[in-house]
Amino acid sequence: MAWLKEFTKGFIKENPVFVMALGLCPTLAVSSSVINAIGMGLAATFVLVFSNMFISLIKNLIPSKIRIPAYIVVIASFVTIVDMVMHAYLPAIHKSLGLFIPLIVVNCIILGRAEAFASKNNVFLSILDGLGMGLGFTLALVVIGSIREILGAGQFLGMNVLPATYKPMLVAILAPGAFIVMGLLMSLMNLTKKK
Amino acid sequence: MEFAGKILFMAVMAIFVQNFVLMRFLGLCPYIGVSKKLDSALGMGMAVIFVMTMASTFTWLIQTYLLVPLHIEFLQTIAFILTIASLVQLVEMVIQKTAPALYKSLGVFLPLITTNCAVLGVAILNIQSEYNFIFAILNGLFAGIGFTLVLVLMAGIRERLDRAELPASMKGMPIAMIVAGCMALAFLGFSGLKF
Repeated sequence: MAWLKEFTKGFIKENPVFVMALGLCPTLAVSSSVINAIGMGLAATFVLVFSNMFISLIKNLIPSKIRIPAYIVVIASFVTIVDMVMHAYLPAIHKSLGLFIPLIVVNCIILGRAEAFASKNNVFLSILDGLGMGLGFTLALVVIGSIREILGAGQFLGMNVLPATYKPMLVAILAPGAFIVMGLLMSLMNLTKKK
Repeated sequence: MEFAGKILFMAVMAIFVQNFVLMRFLGLCPYIGVSKKLDSALGMGMAVIFVMTMASTFTWLIQTYLLVPLHIEFLQTIAFILTIASLVQLVEMVIQKTAPALYKSLGVFLPLITTNCAVLGVAILNIQSEYNFIFAILNGLFAGIGFTLVLVLMAGIRERLDRAELPASMKGMPIAMIVAGCMALAFLGFSGLKF
């Protein structure tokens, strides 16, 4: 069942955000609400799966010296597709994610998986790896997004979940909250790993 | 006089109010990764200022004289990232020849400027904000200065943090995130500036 392990390792054990600390910029920038987190997570997952698949297919054709630019072109093409599709069908999320959709190109998770996994493994495993890592990324975004949205706005997915007497901690959805929530979550991950 | 005022306004906006790292969440990987030593932080900052200014210049030219006349704006992401990748390669070769010591201390992070989202971010923002040529270059320069400022501040704090007594689970990344959160809180104060 080796393939199952490739799929699930991205969820917790090798979670790209909490354990490997990759892709921090989009993680902190778009996690101010859960819906943004899901949109970003799924967009990145799509790009990860297809770029992993494509790079694994052409890995023997790319000379090793120019492999990084070649990977970036592949990734940028899929990002352009996602950008256009989201612009057409999900304009609201596209607008609130804004700059961070084209910036999926420079998300270290995607280039990292291309270099560390897809360039060495077959197509099937690469797709699973991309899917697992993408969902792990989405999971991390949703966890951070939930904490920030509940603390900062008293809402979850736009619904009020806390009693009306709760005064929202606005700072949680502003920039400093992102860093502090992230730091505390990483420290929590360290604590659980030791046991 | 009006022109000078505009430039000053832009500098304050890009360096303090809309700081790329702390407010826009761009360029977090080098911010956390290269901020352990003061001198390597300074070197990295200089490299980023240079690459950002150059990238702003070239991407603006490419957008205005190549992509728009040919109606291929949808290739923006791919064209920009390739421009930036070649620029970084150039900077790397120059530093390697002229300052081998600096090259050694920057190590793996120099090629990583390519995937520094702040560089691609400033290029895309210049186009989105419809800056003219001069302002696009200046915006790149100021954004780079803002990045260097917080990177150097962070390195100064972290050099002292090494000697502080911390709970084991907070060491390294988690405390760096919390410190970044406190810095973001301080920078949030700048948003009260009115012109």
